[in-house]
Amino acid sequence: MIFLRNPTLDDFGIDPWWLIVIKVLGVFVVLVLLTLFSIWAERRVVAKMQIRVGPNRVGPFGLLQSLMDGIKLALKEDLVPKNAARFVFLIAPVISVTAAFMALAVIPFGPMVSIFGVWTPLQLTDFSVSVLYVLAIASVGIYGLVLAGWASGSTYSLLGGLRSSAQMISYEIAMGLSFVAVFLYAGTMSTSEIVNAQEKLWYAVLLLPSFVIYTTSMVGETNRAPFDLPEAEGELVGGFHTEYSSLKFALFFLAEYVNMVTVSALATTLFLGGWRAPWPFSGIPGANEGWMPLIWFFGKLLAFIFIFIWLRGTLPRLRYDQFMNFGWKTLIPVSLGWIMVVAVARTLIQESVLTNTRTLIILAAPIALLLLLSIVVEMRKKEPEIDELEVEVLANSFPIPPMSAALPKTQTKLAVENVRDSNG
Amino acid sequence: MDLAWPIVGLGLLAFGFGAFSVVISSVTGPKRYNRARLDAYECGIEATPQPMGGGKFPVRYYLTAMLFIIFDIEMVFLYPWAVNYDALGLFGVVEMGLFLITVLVAYAYVWRRGGLEWD
Repeated sequence: MIFLRNPTLDDFGIDPWWLIVIKVLGVFVVLVLLTLFSIWAERRVVAKMQIRVGPNRVGPFGLLQSLMDGIKLALKEDLVPKNAARFVFLIAPVISVTAAFMALAVIPFGPMVSIFGVWTPLQLTDFSVSVLYVLAIASVGIYGLVLAGWASGSTYSLLGGLRSSAQMISYEIAMGLSFVAVFLYAGTMSTSEIVNAQEKLWYAVLLLPSFVIYTTSMVGETNRAPFDLPEAEGELVGGFHTEYSSLKFALFFLAEYVNMVTVSALATTLFLGGWRAPWPFSGIPGANEGWMPLIWFFGKLLAFIFIFIWLRGTLPRLRYDQFMNFGWKTLIPVSLGWIMVVAVARTLIQESVLTNTRTLIILAAPIALLLLLSIVVEMRKKEPEIDELEVEVLANSFPIPPMSAALPKTQTKLAVENVRDSNG
Repeated sequence: MDLAWPIVGLGLLAFGFGAFSVVISSVTGPKRYNRARLDAYECGIEATPQPMGGGKFPVRYYLTAMLFIIFDIEMVFLYPWAVNYDALGLFGVVEMGLFLITVLVAYAYVWRRGGLEWD
């Protein structure tokens, strides 16, 4: 029973080879199943939000729908456009999917467990810079999108690929900066030790602005609504995967959903205490031991997935300039400022000028609030213009859409009179 | 190296899965030749022979990439400081503050010159 403790870095790298194989296969299968489930869940939940039924035919509650969609995609024609750079075109989805899967190698799913008599942490591997590794692999994943857009030899794809890369690198900065406060408090970059450091208090509570910045930028990083500009149907058809069909398209889809799972898992690990039981359950004896933490971990993970779906069902897409402005002019300066606030506040606490950690939370709340407010302001800023776009419908005229959208009020009246004159 | 084996394993598995899917989809799908279908997806009678601008794209994207590198390096400077925060103490905080202010000057300059505007 001495093994029922928090895993440390010494517990990694000593697994026998067969255990590594089991763990690798386990992570892979869990990811694929989560993807299939998320796609189904997304369609069902969005359907409920739009007062529709959603897929409910294939299997119980339509659960097998995404699997059937995959099989259907496999039976579709596999096109390589004649303008495409063939090799890059074929390798791009593979890069995307490989990078997406590899990022999950350092996520802790639980504490020490016994698998066939061997005590091992429920985590593939961990080292002292594992969060940095996740960032690095995420950057490699961007190559998949950029190369896909470039190699397709199509205008829509090229623009979609460029937009994806610009968007992802912009939000990666905010994402990376939001980690700094966590490292500062945990004193480490290893995921398992960050989870250990949150035994008493989650960093989502202690470092609320970092959490808000991370959750905002993770939506931008995964190209999901309301930040799904690379795939804005009305502007770019399908974005970087316009020219992809059959299983190559399915691979991009898979990569997107695996990325969603990865960023959610990272958010859980860094801010929500990882596999640790949330408050009312943490009192149960054995809640943080053995296989039980899998429930808490996947509970938190699925909550994030639900939030992703909820956002998609609720919010309209941002304009590209609004989106980039928000990233560069709000998120980055706010995160830099917040890092300095944390550093100074912590020094003051250590020099016992401030009494306890609660002070930091009091400092954090207004900043987090301001941040949320600025998102709302950014989204609402241009609304009056949209109101002006509404042109009065003329009673007896042809249904012509207004060309320059809005006439000044006086001219509208003139136009109405003209129509009346010509009719009379 | 022991720490890296699981990553190598997962990477190989994912790569194998992806490569297998790309290869198998050319076997399982039907093949019906159609000249128009192999053109780029566009409207119009004849598709343009190459993407917009011949594969050239707005210089704005290069600028974003360069700004990204600046802030990415800043990020990389912040990480070791954050991890060793306790060891460096007040000295580290002051040094980092000076560093951040230096970067903020450049950031303010870029902002003022319209480097962050999308139009």
